[in-house]
Amino acid sequence: MRLWIAFMLAMVLLAARGHAAELATEIKALDTSNFAQKENAIAAIASTGDARVAAVMTALNDGTLLIRKSDRLIVIAEGKGTIRIENAATGEALGQAAEADLDKIAINNKIRRQSKVILGNLTLFSEDPAVRLKAADDIFRSRDLSALQPLKDALANEQDPRVKPALEQALAALTMMSDAPEAERLAAILAVKARGGQDAMSLLASAAQGSDAVARAAAEALAALEQTRSLWESMQNAVYGLSLGSVLLLAAIGLAITFGVMGIINMAHGEMVMIGAYVTFVVQDVIRSSAPSLFDYSLFIAIPLAFLLTALIGVAIERSIIRFLYGRPLETLLATWGLSLILQQGIRTIFGPTNREVGTPSWMSGSITLGEITLTANRLAIVVFAALIFAALLLLLRHTRFGLEMRAVTQNRQMASAMGIHTARVDALTFGLGSGIAGIAGVALSQIDNVSPNLGQSYIIDSFMVVVFGGVGNLWGTLVAAMTLGIANKFLEPFAGAVLGKILVLVFIILFIQKRPRGLFALKGRAVEA
Amino acid sequence: MIIHRLLRVGDRGVLITLALLVLLAILVPALHLLTPTDSPIHVPAYAMALIGKYLCYAMLALSLDLVWGYCGILSLGHGAFFALGGYAMGMYLMRQIGSRGVYGNPDLPDFMVFLNWTELPWYWHGFEWFAFAAIMVLFVPGLLAFLFGFFAFRSRVSGVHLSIITQALTFALMLAFFRNDMGFGGNNGLTDFKDILGFNLQSTGTRATLFIATCLALFASLLVCFAITRSRLGMVITAIRDAESRTRFLGYRVESFKLFAFTVSACIAGIAGALYVPQVGIINPGEFAPANSIEAVIWTAIGGRGTLFGPILGAVLVNFAKSWFTGALPELWLFALGALFLAVTLFLPKGLAGLFDRRATKAANSQVPAAQPEAAE
Repeated sequence: MRLWIAFMLAMVLLAARGHAAELATEIKALDTSNFAQKENAIAAIASTGDARVAAVMTALNDGTLLIRKSDRLIVIAEGKGTIRIENAATGEALGQAAEADLDKIAINNKIRRQSKVILGNLTLFSEDPAVRLKAADDIFRSRDLSALQPLKDALANEQDPRVKPALEQALAALTMMSDAPEAERLAAILAVKARGGQDAMSLLASAAQGSDAVARAAAEALAALEQTRSLWESMQNAVYGLSLGSVLLLAAIGLAITFGVMGIINMAHGEMVMIGAYVTFVVQDVIRSSAPSLFDYSLFIAIPLAFLLTALIGVAIERSIIRFLYGRPLETLLATWGLSLILQQGIRTIFGPTNREVGTPSWMSGSITLGEITLTANRLAIVVFAALIFAALLLLLRHTRFGLEMRAVTQNRQMASAMGIHTARVDALTFGLGSGIAGIAGVALSQIDNVSPNLGQSYIIDSFMVVVFGGVGNLWGTLVAAMTLGIANKFLEPFAGAVLGKILVLVFIILFIQKRPRGLFALKGRAVEA
Repeated sequence: MIIHRLLRVGDRGVLITLALLVLLAILVPALHLLTPTDSPIHVPAYAMALIGKYLCYAMLALSLDLVWGYCGILSLGHGAFFALGGYAMGMYLMRQIGSRGVYGNPDLPDFMVFLNWTELPWYWHGFEWFAFAAIMVLFVPGLLAFLFGFFAFRSRVSGVHLSIITQALTFALMLAFFRNDMGFGGNNGLTDFKDILGFNLQSTGTRATLFIATCLALFASLLVCFAITRSRLGMVITAIRDAESRTRFLGYRVESFKLFAFTVSACIAGIAGALYVPQVGIINPGEFAPANSIEAVIWTAIGGRGTLFGPILGAVLVNFAKSWFTGALPELWLFALGALFLAVTLFLPKGLAGLFDRRATKAANSQVPAAQPEAAE
């Protein structure tokens, strides 16, 4: 391999010396307004094999290949304002020039393509395997038959196990489009099909024109690929749906708990989410100014703080407002709505009405690809986070004294009270817990949404839908409802559009409630029948 | 008959409100049209339009009172019926523009020309006639309320669940009307109206007439609500509010009574919306926003639900306060509104009407049992 590279380098160097004069002469032919002549000139430039060809072609494509008016010398310009120029054929620096002293070389799409292919051919022989890989892919996409010969040469010399298949696929693509014997073209179709992907599909689609055996084979291959693609798409939608479902779960689960235990809807729930997001902002702001090295841990610091703050606010709300409205759920709804207006305006007064920038820790940036499915790391983190919160709540409800009391009050308040459960305390703690979870949901949502005073408003109706759809019987109802709504939304989106999809989901829920007024997982028994 | 009953029952609040409405209907247009503009008692055009707007809101609050104050159904989506009535009227006004639009197309409203539509969608046909539009103002909100209520009440969706799905209803409608391909002007809604029944909408005479029409509509709605609530039917409706299960066990079809109240209420809200649109000159999907419907609930609560004049008072006062606040102290308005919500629910469960009339408060207290068993569900 190395020996071969050294050999090629030597060849190129030798060739460069021998052809310098030739390039300098051929390049002059670009100084014409006739596009056909320019194409010829470009072909001639490419055939010199000069080391400067790549630089010339790149400059031509970028529009930085210019003509100096004084002596019609072709130059490559660099920089804006003060332009430094160099001789295109030799690379010799020629100092500075004014824009007015230079003429542009106009190019059209055909020339752009031609120069790209030439660049592709050149890069096929690059030393860097990544560059060769990209060149192979470019040729696969370009369908330019003139690249056939260089491709064959490159393939003959290629040793890298990653680059070789790419070259073979590119060759297959070109063979398929060429007038090679039918058997060869049929084999090529199979190779292209094996590669798959969007480019292979558009290639096959153009090969499927006509009615001969090749076209039929291409059409078949295309159909097979399309099936695979729709399968991947469904899986991708399901993953997006899970991600949206996790967001809904985070936003709604606190609401579901308070609704289950106390029978009230907390309209200020969205504002707790918003406050959690603002806690994240403040934590990051402090970290940025005092301990920048801690930035990657900012979310871990924000989560307990957000929980504590919103839980305290929640308990305060319950003690100061909600307990006086006990037994009047509709009034509670109005009072908490009023509270949400005050909290929103309060945050707007303190932090301003505009979006606040919340940074993403480095471990949460980037994305994960599995097959044809991609998911950004922050979305994945939210899925994991929602699962953790759900599991923690489940454990809390099942295996702690407080959880037992909460379940008892949910099922039958009077009986629970008669058994010695301090229901007022359970109410306050439940409200605090629900609000606290909303707060940590806010920390998570600050990573994917704009942190503004309206953040909570955008989730509140969706959260209500999750709660009424899932029912208040147990947490699994909330989980199933959130995931169903998330996935339904994402599957409706492609053919109904995002807005119409959402409308359809809302209408579905309105109809569903008629069928099961108390949601999917309703508590059974006399206590819940009014 | 209604008048007779009014005098007999002697509901002073309703009588005073009716009298005030007549006075308003005569005085405001007269002061607007007959006094010179520099006179101190002159009512300028914008003030008349503003009072007209308040009266439309008052009608919405009244309609909400019929379902919430008397039947115990808290609808968080009454703004939807208001907006639908408004859109029906807006469609008529759009058709009246004719070829005077920006694009000069005699058949299509401007936004359709802009979207490259070639013909009028089927649901726009008929709106060139005022009578048809007037029927639709009642029919569309009424039908939606009837269908929605039919299914919801039959399935015994009640309490918080019902409030949440009415909110979902208006939210879904808002999203739908924001879409351009719905054919209702999308984001911008319907605007640039020229005239109504051949009269220029900008002329003082038309504006004064619209104002009088609003007063009369509110007057009539108040009488209708009065007649309903004081009838045997109204007694059953009130009984449903206070003890739904008990009423059902007594042999009444609870869902039919609820459906009746809900549908009538939606029609009144539709009329309010239809009168609102020509006076403010625009209707857009923002009217469907859930926040608007909740605000209407607070007008009713502040004025005093379960009394017919309370919501009218509440709507006018709160909106007057809103106009003043948004002009003088815009950033404080939401604080004030939020505090109103809290103060009314915590300290004034009977609203302002309860403060004004002690006897009414006493009577109402004996009507509403302190703890409703189903409320705690």
